[in-house]
Amino acid sequence: MALAEETAIDLGAMTQATAALDEIRAMVRPCIQCGTCTGSCPNEFAMDLTPRHMWRLVLLGRTEEVLASRTFSLCSACYLCSLRCPRGLPLTEAMGRLKQLAARRRLPHLRSGNLFYRNFIASVRRHGRVREMEFMSLYFAQMMNPWLPLRYAGMGMRLLRRGKVELRLPSRGSGRLVNLFDKVAEMESRS
Amino acid sequence: MNYLYYPGCSLEGTAREYDISTRALMAAMGADLVDIEDWTCCGASAAEALSELLTLVLPARNLALAEAMDLAGRDLLVPCSACYLNLRRVEEKTRVSHALRDRINEALSVEGLVYRGQTRTRHLLDVLARDMGAPVLGRRVARPLTGIRVAPYYGCQCLRPYPAFDDPETPRSMEPLIRAAGATVHDWTMGGRCCGASHMNTKMAVGLERVEALLTAAQGADVIATVCPMCQMNLEAFQKKALRGTEASPVAVVYLPQLLGLAVGLDPEVLGLGLNLAITPDFRQKLDRIPTAA
Repeated sequence: MALAEETAIDLGAMTQATAALDEIRAMVRPCIQCGTCTGSCPNEFAMDLTPRHMWRLVLLGRTEEVLASRTFSLCSACYLCSLRCPRGLPLTEAMGRLKQLAARRRLPHLRSGNLFYRNFIASVRRHGRVREMEFMSLYFAQMMNPWLPLRYAGMGMRLLRRGKVELRLPSRGSGRLVNLFDKVAEMESRS
Repeated sequence: MNYLYYPGCSLEGTAREYDISTRALMAAMGADLVDIEDWTCCGASAAEALSELLTLVLPARNLALAEAMDLAGRDLLVPCSACYLNLRRVEEKTRVSHALRDRINEALSVEGLVYRGQTRTRHLLDVLARDMGAPVLGRRVARPLTGIRVAPYYGCQCLRPYPAFDDPETPRSMEPLIRAAGATVHDWTMGGRCCGASHMNTKMAVGLERVEALLTAAQGADVIATVCPMCQMNLEAFQKKALRGTEASPVAVVYLPQLLGLAVGLDPEVLGLGLNLAITPDFRQKLDRIPTAA
């Protein structure tokens, strides 16, 4: 479980985060703060910082404030802001980079998304294809909130009844993509 | 109309009826689909949240497998919008950056694979709208869906960021197909708006807000037609929760190839219609009143 077993923040993490944010800043440097992104975002109502405001903080290099917000984690990759940005900036892609940066820091306020994606991709690493029921069960277990699974129980039963998901114990699988994942991790640690 | 085919993980599980109906409709239209051998997950939306390189390498593995097949000259047909975007992104990015292609190939070398950049990934809606087209469909319609009002729902990732076959802001490509099937188009502006995607799993309140907005705008339609497993799941599985405390009524939600398959005269069972989670009694009754093909 290379991704899931990454160690916590090391001493160089801050410097790394600043360097990574520099790359993201370069992606949005021509931003003119027009706010078209904010006006286009379907999830803006739930964000603490508007997208426009967050990009401004990125431009100013205020890493900690950017990472403390939930804004980028609420991007659902609909690409409306990227489509409409008058400067043609790859905003959705930059949101993805922020998600990756935050995932490496394991920020507590973004725990649910982080655990969800890590369990999803760990299932892919083990089996080659995702096993929906397996990764959702592990996600629920790690969230340690006994009420959470109940919100999905009705749907789970309907899916089981139709044979669309299977109840299987989590397994190590064939390790189908382990080599490829390890290679990617090795290449990313180099750069 | 012959294609390589990448079903993707959802189509083996929660979206089985999308796979079943795509294969059934394409066969009925005389198209031949050949699965990519040994395909694996494209990374979905999970890889992008974790690693930039993995986001490209996971789909590239499948493109490399497609290139290695005997039928490599065929376009690659993909029904899932998230898979489509992930695969297509590799094609678009490596076309302009050979350095990136080399980097991807360095990773793929552990599998003995090479991606040369020769694939052509196409979304199912693209293929239905442009390769098949409404006139060809119209000639095959055996059971016109008269009186059924359809809200065409495109979602995001088949339209953006790569607008290959439709207007990414105001999509219309489903409308001629729906009319050719004998049904009526529900006029709305929400066809290309986001369903909340995977927020339903991690931030349910946000996802429910999106779904409520879509279902409210779909009032008056008998059925919503989708072309993405995630859109379909969000719209069908969470209706009760999303509409709690509102005046809105439930709306049936089916995959576009299921709807077109019905018009071509395929049996509902053959199209996996028993597997959907939101087939309303009203929609079922209207369907039952339409005479079956002779």
